[in-house]
Amino acid sequence: MADTLDAPISAAVRPKPVLRAHLLPLGLFLAFALVPLVAHYGGEGYVLSIITRVMILGLAALSLDLILGFGALVSFGHAAFLGLGAYAVGILMAHGVEEAGPQLAVAVGGSALFALVTGAISLRTKGVYFIMITLAFGQMLYFLATSLSAYGGDDGLTLPTKSLVFGSDLLERGLVFYYLVLGCLVASYALCRSIVASRFGRVLRGTRENPVRMQAMGFDPLHYQLGAYVIAGALCGLAGFLLANQTEFVSPAYMTWQRSGELIVMVVLGGLGTLHGAIIGAAAFLILEELLSGVTEHWKMIFGPMLVLVVLFARGGILGLARGRSRD
Amino acid sequence: MTTTLLFVQTLNGLQFGLILFLIAAGLTLVFGVMDFVNLAHGVQYMVGAYFAAAFTAYTGSFLYGLLLALPATLAFGLLLEVLVFRHLYDRDHLDQVLATFGIILFLNQGVKFVWGAAPLFVPVPDALSGSIQIMPGLLYPVYRLAIIGAGLGVAALLYVLVNHTRVGMLVRAGATNAPMVSALGVDIRRLFMVVFGFGAMLAGFAGGMVAPILSVEPGMGDNLLILAFVVIVIGGIGSIRGAFIAALLIGLVDTLGRGFAPALLRVVLDPGDASQTGRAVAPMLIYILMAAVLFFRPSGLFPVKR
Repeated sequence: MADTLDAPISAAVRPKPVLRAHLLPLGLFLAFALVPLVAHYGGEGYVLSIITRVMILGLAALSLDLILGFGALVSFGHAAFLGLGAYAVGILMAHGVEEAGPQLAVAVGGSALFALVTGAISLRTKGVYFIMITLAFGQMLYFLATSLSAYGGDDGLTLPTKSLVFGSDLLERGLVFYYLVLGCLVASYALCRSIVASRFGRVLRGTRENPVRMQAMGFDPLHYQLGAYVIAGALCGLAGFLLANQTEFVSPAYMTWQRSGELIVMVVLGGLGTLHGAIIGAAAFLILEELLSGVTEHWKMIFGPMLVLVVLFARGGILGLARGRSRD
Repeated sequence: MTTTLLFVQTLNGLQFGLILFLIAAGLTLVFGVMDFVNLAHGVQYMVGAYFAAAFTAYTGSFLYGLLLALPATLAFGLLLEVLVFRHLYDRDHLDQVLATFGIILFLNQGVKFVWGAAPLFVPVPDALSGSIQIMPGLLYPVYRLAIIGAGLGVAALLYVLVNHTRVGMLVRAGATNAPMVSALGVDIRRLFMVVFGFGAMLAGFAGGMVAPILSVEPGMGDNLLILAFVVIVIGGIGSIRGAFIAALLIGLVDTLGRGFAPALLRVVLDPGDASQTGRAVAPMLIYILMAAVLFFRPSGLFPVKR
């Protein structure tokens, strides 16, 4: 009886949300893929470089959403991983290792290792103390970077070239680099999406809602949170690797606490706990920054109050707004 | 020679610690009583410094400037409370972090808009300029001693206010259990406003006091905000006593670390490496300290019992 009742309902109702859930991210990635074609008729280099930046910081925000949106872990030091990834490129480059492979391995591996160590310590604390201890680790790396006088110290260091792929300077070509970044973004998105849907992801979300109950069910919340923290750190390290290659410049400014704050802003602006929302948030943030700073040098005086208004009146961010309107 | 240097650095550390305490005291109360993460506390320090600079230039006297800056920062803090913060008290920490981050962006740019991007300089008042000899062969600026004195004075005042007045009692009760205080018939909103305005004024006072020895510039509160957070987290959120001890600890560790880390490391490393590593390690010391404290005492040194 129950089966006969269930079947038509689920058949009628399910496909739509599932389709809709995938439609938006697919459309988003398709739009990214088509940008170079459209940009061809305009200021190509300018548009491409902005959208590349959007995708790179979108990847960083995406990795933050994995722990912030699905684990409720408010990390205020996430930019540290961005810096780690970038410095992996810069430091190896300074020692003559110009090949992308080892650089990528160090960027991602180093970030994962840093996340493992700091996460194991940070996750002992809860709530606001967690916010502050992640901030402390971020600041430690920041000051370490400013004191590395062999690698530019405060001023940072300029890379002689983009990373080489098996000896060829493939990445110097704007389009190749653009699609490489897009590929990384899509792959990371797919990875995060499948993590969230997996048993691991469900335990993580359960821990977000009620850690005590998860523990009573026999899961150790700490292991799952730490796992997610390491994955997020590694992905953000990848974003750092790409960022260093885009700007051909590495500096401590990548890991200031303000940058960590901006990453949180991107995630919440787009819509917390939605993954593609983080990418949309990054796009909105950076494009708004670009447009407003074209209007006035005091664009932050417009952007700051906008942020306050979003928090006060637009719960759920841009995606939340879109959902709310379509429901009416 | 080294003892003199040690003495001077200790005084500098003390002075830095007391400034930190003035900022952290308001922050820990706002945090403890209202459970409100106020990232915009650092810009209140900056606004205080700008007000002091502007009023000093207007009146021609630092004393009047500072005295006018106090009610101005109080009013400014209350304005922010009414416009923005009171709508955020029942939100989660993430929303509070975001909204106050927006206010930082606005105000850092706002002071640039009003006063320009170039740093403002405030002359040290004549009565407090110059140096005095506090030990044979050791001169120390009078103004810095005045900061130490003012800081200690405010700390004593706060102690009396919090521990021996009715408002102080309500504040302490609020830090322990705000809903219960509200249930007992206290207008908790008004208490919040008082605490908030007072905290803003303390931060503004700190900003005004350092205006003559630091340059007054946009973003000057950002790094101090982070240090103030380190202080209240080490001290235990909501605890004035914890904030006081942690502020002095941070002030001393940071100042002495920067002064002596290279020298100490020379014992185990060769001089070149030692100064290199010392410069790298010194700014990290307080964060290492904080991580260590939180590792062993996850709610700080003096947790408020709930």
